[in-house]
Formats: sequence, structure tokens, C-alpha cells
Amino acid sequence: MKMRGARILLEALRCEGVNHIFGYPGGAVLHIYDEMIKHAESLGIKHYLVRHEQAALFGAAGYSQATGKTGVALVTSGPGGTNAVTGIANAFMDSLPMVVFTGQVPTNLIGNDAFQEADLTGITRSCVKHNYLVKKVEDLAPTIKEAFFVASTGRPGPVLVDLPKDMTAQEIEFSYPETIEMRSYKPQTQGNPKAVRRAVEAMLEAERPVLYIGGGAIHGGAHEEVRRLAERLNLPTTCTLMGLGAFPASHPLSLGMLGMHGGYWTNMAVNNCDLLISIGARFDDRVTGKLSEFAKGARFIHVDIDPSCINKNVPCDFPIVGDSKVVVQQMLDEIEQMVGQGANITPRQGWHDQIAAWREQHPFWCNPDGEIIKPQNVIKELHRLTGGKAVVSTDVGQHQMWTAQLYGFDHPRNWLNSGGLGAMGYGFPAAIGAAVARPNDLVVAVVGDGGFQMSCNELATIKQYNIPVKILVINNGYLGMVRQWQEQFYEHRYSHSNIEVAPDFLKLAGAYDVPAVRATKASEVSAVLEKALNTPGPMLIEMQVAREENVFPIVPAGAALKDMILA
Amino acid sequence: MKHTISLLVENEYGMLSRVSGLFSARGYQIDTLNVAPTLEEGVSRMTLTTHGNDHVIEQILRQTLKLVKVIQVTDMTANPHVEREMVMVTVSARRGEERQEVLSLVKIFRARVVDVSEDALILELTGNAEKVEAFINLLRPIGIQDIVRTGPVAMTRVAAVRALQQLEDEEEFSELTLNEKV
Repeated sequence: MKMRGARILLEALRCEGVNHIFGYPGGAVLHIYDEMIKHAESLGIKHYLVRHEQAALFGAAGYSQATGKTGVALVTSGPGGTNAVTGIANAFMDSLPMVVFTGQVPTNLIGNDAFQEADLTGITRSCVKHNYLVKKVEDLAPTIKEAFFVASTGRPGPVLVDLPKDMTAQEIEFSYPETIEMRSYKPQTQGNPKAVRRAVEAMLEAERPVLYIGGGAIHGGAHEEVRRLAERLNLPTTCTLMGLGAFPASHPLSLGMLGMHGGYWTNMAVNNCDLLISIGARFDDRVTGKLSEFAKGARFIHVDIDPSCINKNVPCDFPIVGDSKVVVQQMLDEIEQMVGQGANITPRQGWHDQIAAWREQHPFWCNPDGEIIKPQNVIKELHRLTGGKAVVSTDVGQHQMWTAQLYGFDHPRNWLNSGGLGAMGYGFPAAIGAAVARPNDLVVAVVGDGGFQMSCNELATIKQYNIPVKILVINNGYLGMVRQWQEQFYEHRYSHSNIEVAPDFLKLAGAYDVPAVRATKASEVSAVLEKALNTPGPMLIEMQVAREENVFPIVPAGAALKDMILA
Repeated sequence: MKHTISLLVENEYGMLSRVSGLFSARGYQIDTLNVAPTLEEGVSRMTLTTHGNDHVIEQILRQTLKLVKVIQVTDMTANPHVEREMVMVTVSARRGEERQEVLSLVKIFRARVVDVSEDALILELTGNAEKVEAFINLLRPIGIQDIVRTGPVAMTRVAAVRALQQLEDEEEFSELTLNEKV
């Protein structure tokens, strides 16, 4: 059947199984929005109108983090696209599968400095997995097919499809390719059996091994296999910020998060191990600290679907390119084979005892201070009241680190945050995306007063669609993490980090007709939080917390992990 | 160390920009760059020279292969190969001794004269990097008015190709084999 490009786009989305998109209209995408009001419902596609394009991208990101599905966003040309760049860069840094459709001026005007024209393929080239500019309407459907394929396979990432307005107006017979094969792109999922065998030999030999799990284990859906591997070989297991939930926090083998704000015992274990087994992690600078001092004397096993990550930061003794789920299963099979041939698995009790001793020496701590609310206690109370089972999204800053440290995630895909890019304003719109994806789950956005003010206009979005997100504002009147660094490394010179001039958050929520409650005293926290979490519908919960608290431990930038500051 | 890298890429919109953008974004150098279609439909070959230590070169190879529309990446420097570059030089060649000197260099280097005028000649030379450099250096004192170079293109020696293929067939796929995407 002949139809115009705008409709082809929607039909293609239906073929890809897309049910939710986040977007914001504009001139260049008017044809698409016209087709949407005519056909979206019958195609099973629901569009969520946000109030800033950045929120559309963060919403698609939260949707993706919460489900593993490819997030979809639609924005217009020019400023719509440039507003989306932060969200695209965020998806790129955290390897989120996402397809972003941007409007573009008609093909005959491209390069003419036309109204609302921006070279989006040029601007985003360095922060997308790939991008396309559709110049012939015959290319539209195959491009969309390819875009979804590239976004969701191999190491996932954002793909941008730039749609000139005349491409959405021209008519053509619609046919969607059934299969796809690309000669230039063939991600490898199976690990080299020889490499797997060598790695497993090393794992059986190791006396002080540590299993280090990153976001890649979540992208690969490898949490079951990871748990079985850890249990089979008695491996103390740590997760990166992006890997939290890939291994249950409450498991006896769990070390919690490592790195700049990781636990003392975790960093000590990593620093003193003789074998670091990395699954789906990239040895980011927040994890390693000073590279020359990182896990000195240890050998490294690195399982990664992206060959360019191997040997990028740390020299790798046992590289294995492949999908995390597939490779860990290969490892498990190899272990059983070796055990069958007489290999032994040692319990390594001495190593576990040493780690337990470290944990006892310096656990996470927080001193009570009368009726002043401590943000750490708010997080702990949130964990207790939700049974550790809520979907929690955070913004960026101290509250993000406290949540990572203190809200133990036992399952993957309940933890959403902007890790690689660290984009403030993420927490609230990402929670909206997650709530859209998982309407039966409790979704809580833990945000700082700074980050919340970057996307608070989305209160209108949750009101419009009655999305039951609970927004927990940790209000200390500061850009907390900036203030902490200014205190610790710039001799208390608080340059432009004081944001106590802010709206009354209850009145702000009230202006959007969203219910809101507040606690100002430590003794109120439990009751206020419990009541709010149990009240159906969207709600803002403000906690006015201690103004100057610090996240500990902290590894100063450029320092070695062992030089953690503990208090 | 200088490396010559050969890429097979899908000849699509923005491809050159993607590769050069990758280099500039990650702080790698492109010293020379050459691109042209191959026999296969829609596929172009890009040859570039860069420099860096072993770690930098390894990253360059891996990162370029990671680009979605790059089909194959080969580090030509790692294997026996034939490398050629073309240069055209406008050199001062006034009648008399100067012209004689220029023409004798042309003969020695087996270059060609492709343009003649009153007091200058355009010379064309093809050869490996050493030969081209030597030619330019000898012309310099005479008086180079203009110069344009293509940068090297390269091809792995046939015996080496056969040897590499056998190696790959014998051993299972190597982690670090970058010549082919599986």
C-alpha cells in the first residue's frame, strides 16, 4: 500500500515492536505528528509528550535501562535536535540501545542555513553508535530496520536517524525488510574456546580472585550466569555503578560497589587480589583511580563484547571478546569439564576472612545529629520501606553515590542513573520512562535539589499522563558533590555551589497540581516516606537534609584506590 | 612509529567525516589520507598514515574497526607490503645549467616531465616514501615552487597474504585478529 514517509515511520516502529515513544513536535516533524494522531493508536504506539526534548531522551533512556528494550525518541530539527544531544551523549556513554528520530529541513534546503536547520548527523557523529540521513524515501524503511539492528546488537548504543521533511511527505509503497545482514557489522557473541579455557585455568589457580561486574553484564542479561559463576568458584563479587543489580547486593559473596566512592573493603579486595575477572566492565577511571597502582600484581581476565575496550586502559592477560551471557556460560561449562577431569575448587576461606575483616574495620558510616535529617538515612529508610524492590532512578551527585552505596539492588534493571556522562536532570525523566515501561512497579526518582530543577518542568508530563512516579527530593540547598570537592580540595571555597535560592518544592509541585509532602526533622522521615510511598499516584516528597554532608570513602582524582579518604 | 593503515569502508554519506572525526575526537594524528572506490559495489578503500606507540596504534586499529560502516582494517606496516606514493612538483628550471640539473634528476629517479614552460617544469614521480623524500630533498635547493602529494597507498605482498591466510586457517580465531570481522 502506498503511503507517505511519515506513516511509513510509524508502520516501521510497529514492525519493530515499539509501543512507547517520547517526543516533542516541531515544524520539521509535523507530517509525522499528523500521521501519529491518525494511526498511532491502531498501531499500538503511545506517544508521551514531554516538556523539553532532553526529557524525551532521558525518558527513552530510563525506559531502556528498566527493560532492556530499545528506547525511542522523536524530536524536531534544529533546536529540537540540539536539545537532544545531551541525552544522546548519555546513551552513548552508558551503551543504551536507543533510536532517535530527528526532523530535518527538506533535502533541497540542507546546507542553506535554513530555518531550524542543524547538521545533526555532523554534531552527533562522535556521540552516537551510528547515524543516518535519509535522502531518498526508498531508503526510509531499510534505514529504520538497520537503525534498530545496530542500536540493539553488539555493544548497544544510540542511533540517530535524520528525517528531512520532504522524506516524510513523499509517498511510496511500504514494505519492511524481514531480515538484515550487514557486511561491515557482525558483532561477535561466542568467546574463543581457547581463550575461555585459559581464563578458567587462571580462575581455578587464583588464591585471591575478585569478580568485577559491569553494565555489560546487565545489557547481556547475564545475571543468572554471573551468580552461578560466583557461587561455583566462591568468588567475592563487586559491581560497578552501572552494574549494580547484576549481582544481588544481599548475597554473602557481594562486595558492593568499587571505585571512587566504593566501599573500603571492596577497594582493598580489588587492590590486593591476584586475579581480577572482569565481565562487561570497561575499567573506567572512576573505578581504577591511578592506573599504574590499580590492582598491581594481579592478572586480568577481560570479557567484553567491544574489542576496543580490551587493552584500552589496563593490559589484559586473558582477553575474551564475546557476549557476557554466552561467555560466562562457556566458562561454567569449561569449569564443569575441568572438575570432571580432576580439577579442584578451593573455598579460599582465608581470602574471604580477610575481606570480612576489612569490612568490619571501615563499614559505611553516618553519624546521627539529633533532628537533622541525614541523607544517608533517607536512602536506608527508602530501602527498608520498599523491601529493596523498587525501581530507583537517581540524578547526579552525592545522593546518587549514597543510593549506589546504601540501596542494595538484588535484581538487574531496577537501578537507573546517568553513569558515564553524569548528566544532571536525568533522574526524574528517566523515572518517567521506567514508570511508562513498568506500570505495575513502584518507581522512585531520588533527586538532588540541583538536578531536579533541571527537569522539574516534567511535572506537567506526569500530571498529563497520571504517571505514578514518586519524586524524592534530597534538598540540601547545595550542589552537594561540587561543594564536597570545594571543601576537600579547594579549601572550603564554595564557588557558585550554593543553590539555597530555590522554589518551595511543595508549592512548585502544587502549581502543577501534583501532591507533595515534606519532612524537616529526622523523626518525621519514616512516617512521611511510608505514607507517600503507599499513596497511589504521582507525588513529590521533599526531605530537607543536613546542608553539608560528605560521601565517604572518596578516592581523590588521580589518586590510587588504596589512598581512599575514609572520613 | 609511523604506520600505514588500510580500511575497507562502505562508501556512504559522511564516511570520510566519520573516520577523520574519530581520529580527531580521540587525539590521534592523520598524517596522510587517500580514498577511492574499489571493484566491489559501494565499497571504498581508505589508506592513511599515522604515528604513535604500540598502544596508540592498537587502539586506532580497534576503534576504526568498531565504526559500523568499516568493513575491514589492516595494519599494512605489520606485514611485508608494497607502498607507493605519487608526487607532482613544480620546480624552477631556467634554461641552461639549472634545467640540465633538473632533467638529470628526472632521469636518475625515473620521474616524468608533465609540463614545460620558459623557466619551470612540472615533474611527476611515483615511488615509496624514501624515494619520494629523496627526490624532494634534491629538488629543494634548486627551487620548488609548488608541490602536491597523494600520501601512500599500499598492498600486502602476495606471499604474505597467503601466509597470513594459512595462519588464520590453522589457528582458531585469534582475539587480536583485526583483519577480518567475523
